[in-house]
Amino acid sequence: MLHMIEKAISENQLIGAFAVVGLIVWVSNLLSRYLTKGRVHGSAFAVLGGLALAYWGGMITGKTKGLADLTMFSGLALMGGAMMRDFCIVATASEVHVDEAKKAGWLGFIALFLGTIIPFVVGVAVARAFGYTDPVSLTTIGAGAVTYIVGPVTGAAIGASSDVMALSIATGVVKAILVMIFTPALAGFMRLNNPQAAMVFGGLAGTVSGVSAGLAATDRRLVPYGALVATFHTGLGCLMGPSVLFLAVKAISG
Amino acid sequence: MIIFGTALLGVCYLLGILLGDALGGLIGVKANVGGVGIAMMLLIASQHFLKRRGLLNAVSEKGITFWAMMYIPVVVAMAATQNVLVAAKAGPVALLAAAGSVILCAGVIAFINRIIQRSHGDQPWAPDANVG
Repeated sequence: MLHMIEKAISENQLIGAFAVVGLIVWVSNLLSRYLTKGRVHGSAFAVLGGLALAYWGGMITGKTKGLADLTMFSGLALMGGAMMRDFCIVATASEVHVDEAKKAGWLGFIALFLGTIIPFVVGVAVARAFGYTDPVSLTTIGAGAVTYIVGPVTGAAIGASSDVMALSIATGVVKAILVMIFTPALAGFMRLNNPQAAMVFGGLAGTVSGVSAGLAATDRRLVPYGALVATFHTGLGCLMGPSVLFLAVKAISG
Repeated sequence: MIIFGTALLGVCYLLGILLGDALGGLIGVKANVGGVGIAMMLLIASQHFLKRRGLLNAVSEKGITFWAMMYIPVVVAMAATQNVLVAAKAGPVALLAAAGSVILCAGVIAFINRIIQRSHGDQPWAPDANVG
């Protein structure tokens, strides 16, 4: 019986991956609802769960592709591969409305640029302090500090190794979780009580999941304003990461 | 037709990757430079253009939004296929880089928002506030 299930899944890998990811997301939403009362977004648990399963897969197989090295879960490599990932990221741009985006004005732009450059510099500095010296690894880890999408997209574009990519994603995920948890606590300090402030926040804090979950826990009405700017964040990061920022790191590190 | 939306998305994606490759070659980087970002801008522009002329209906748009909604699941799948074992050994890097950027960004947000409120007067949000 078990053998038949295994055969059915391994012969229909991508479909199997849909089911597995669906299960992970479902469990994550339950954890989010009952463990943290919705304060930590379900997607954060899901990504963390994915990383944990990849760790487990790596321990079992001793290979480099995480859970996808197990035959039953090999479809994850296709579903989470560069083609599907980039395709879906491009699709999220459809949630941006130009007319509304114009309202963010110059403030949104400044926040977006600062929100890309500040985390990047911090990420590169930390990576440097921990002994990474090659520009590709430094840029990939720095980009991971921008968001957990910008990290792997940048890393893939400039040819980073899988372990640096994983570290880059981990950095972005930790950041998203920190944003989710500490936004309500720091809302007063950040003066997060009007749409303009939410846009500045969306540009600087980055990650859509972190921003929307953080704002939802602060004041639900602020969510679209923050998310609107934050949706540009990944695009800008993906544009700047493998180009301007990579060249800057390359120039500085020789 | 739902495929029109997905096809538009696909064309924007391919054009973006193509332009990203060309840009990479132009500046001498053996890589795709910002292809995804360029594709996003192409999608925003073409969607805006087609919508204003009534050439993109709600059903066609579903062919795009489906993939936008699939973005978190795809990221979960991507996370599950990473070489986490090796990354875990470098744990403090992730934590320090993340915490450092969050703290610094929170400070900058507080700074900017204080300047805004000082120049506009201290106005907490009202539902119909005019956003300038």
